[in-house]
Amino acid sequence: MEYKLTFREYSESLKRDKLLGLKCSNCQTITCPPKMTCQECGGTDLEVTELSGKGKIVTYTVIYVAPEGRENESPYAVVLVELEEGPWITGNLIDIDPARVGMELIGRQVKLGHKVFSGDKYSDGDAARPLFSFAD
Amino acid sequence: MRRVAIAGVGHTDIMFDSPKTEVEMFAEAAMDAINESNLKPNDIQAINCGNALGDFSEGQGMVQSYIADDIGCFNVPATRFESACASATLGIRDAAMWVASGQYDIVLAGGTEKATAMGTPLATRTFAMGEDSRYDSPSGMTFPGFFAMLAHLYCSRYNIPLEKLKEQMAMVSVQSHHYGVNNPHAQFKKERTVEQVLSSFMIASPLQLFDCCPFSDGAAAVVVASEDVAKKLTDKPVYIVGTGQASAGKMSAQYKYLPRIRAREVSVKQAYDMAGLGPEDIDICELHDCFSIASIIAVESLGFADFGHGGELWEKGETKIGSKIPVNISGGLKSKGHPIGATGASQTYEIVKQLRGELVDQGRQVEGARVGLVDTLGGDGLSCNLILKAD
Ligand SMILES: [Zn+2]
Repeated sequence: MEYKLTFREYSESLKRDKLLGLKCSNCQTITCPPKMTCQECGGTDLEVTELSGKGKIVTYTVIYVAPEGRENESPYAVVLVELEEGPWITGNLIDIDPARVGMELIGRQVKLGHKVFSGDKYSDGDAARPLFSFAD
Repeated sequence: MRRVAIAGVGHTDIMFDSPKTEVEMFAEAAMDAINESNLKPNDIQAINCGNALGDFSEGQGMVQSYIADDIGCFNVPATRFESACASATLGIRDAAMWVASGQYDIVLAGGTEKATAMGTPLATRTFAMGEDSRYDSPSGMTFPGFFAMLAHLYCSRYNIPLEKLKEQMAMVSVQSHHYGVNNPHAQFKKERTVEQVLSSFMIASPLQLFDCCPFSDGAAAVVVASEDVAKKLTDKPVYIVGTGQASAGKMSAQYKYLPRIRAREVSVKQAYDMAGLGPEDIDICELHDCFSIASIIAVESLGFADFGHGGELWEKGETKIGSKIPVNISGGLKSKGHPIGATGASQTYEIVKQLRGELVDQGRQVEGARVGLVDTLGGDGLSCNLILKAD
């Protein structure tokens, strides 16, 4: 069975600030990031759908000790965002001072942009990632 | 299915910058386990070896095969288990199933790791391979980052002020260091105070250095045998009476349950059901405290505390020897150290020692302990549990 929405397609779309997910025709759940099957019911009758990219922060961390090759980026904020359509996705939060943010971030409305991680010797190429900023 | 027991155990010192290779460390632990079981290497019918990152730390794949040859178990089937921190626990669980099935009578299981050879940047990079490489890692997620996010989510879900949770987390680390002082194999044998934990440098907010386990080198191994065989080899067999294992999706795919780890709840229920036991029957627990918050989340999943109240166990001293549920009397991953591919075998070694009553001299014996629980988490959710019982 062919993969409906691959990482490469998702990533290339995100590079144009379009966030793609999958809508389940069985239970209507939106799955994002994409997978072979619906995150809720495991169904395979899925349709690619564009998501709004809007949501709220459910949790965050500020990374001070970064992985190899990304030391120059730290400190940086990583957030988990609950999208309007339901699913959660991981991204970075920008337009903040990472050293000064705290629990007040949780619940803040955010909107989507993107940045490309150019990849390293283990990553099989580049990867677009969500870059969130405040919408409220 | 036959009853299965652990007949012998072995454990190296856990340290920074070991002068030995992963094969050499495993061989030392394995020979101790084999000798303690009154066996010879050619009695071993199969080997299960946990190893997560040898490809990166030593440029060595297929470590399991070289281990078999190194210790004189010539040409036995040897299998490497890679499930990040839970690698060795999976190896022991599968060994128990193979022996229970009758396929083998005697299997050597354990793990080895030399993470400190990588240095902090590469180790941080490779530990993050236990997260989703396409959808989580590009944001610069790290392994502490995952638990850091769970800590903030925990506060938000259960309406606990971050300062209060941080203090409970610090108490977890302080207790682990306290018991680690008396564990001869521990990487750190030094007491820490709440103030020291709270003033250590930030790794991934809100996790500070002393909320985090170290990078470590070490190995541990156990001999798993059928009941009949084990009774002939030792007068203190420790039975594997329950096991469980469950997988998990990437962090964001676990959205309905976080900060609860659903896979752990599934895994430990399998183990409890198989053993016909419940949390109230556990006398001693070694749980996966890769980060201080991880302990608090773990005691809830394992049934020792209500959700949102795990930290109170440490506040009230209920995780100490002589109290409600002694947790990580080895010093845990925090103080004993965390050689990831070996950690599950190290936890199992500790529980076996406790159930045999052999830790009196170290001042760490939980008196009369008869049932112990091993809890290991791999990456961002995969879970494995073992329930061990002395007759
Ligand atoms: Zn569905």
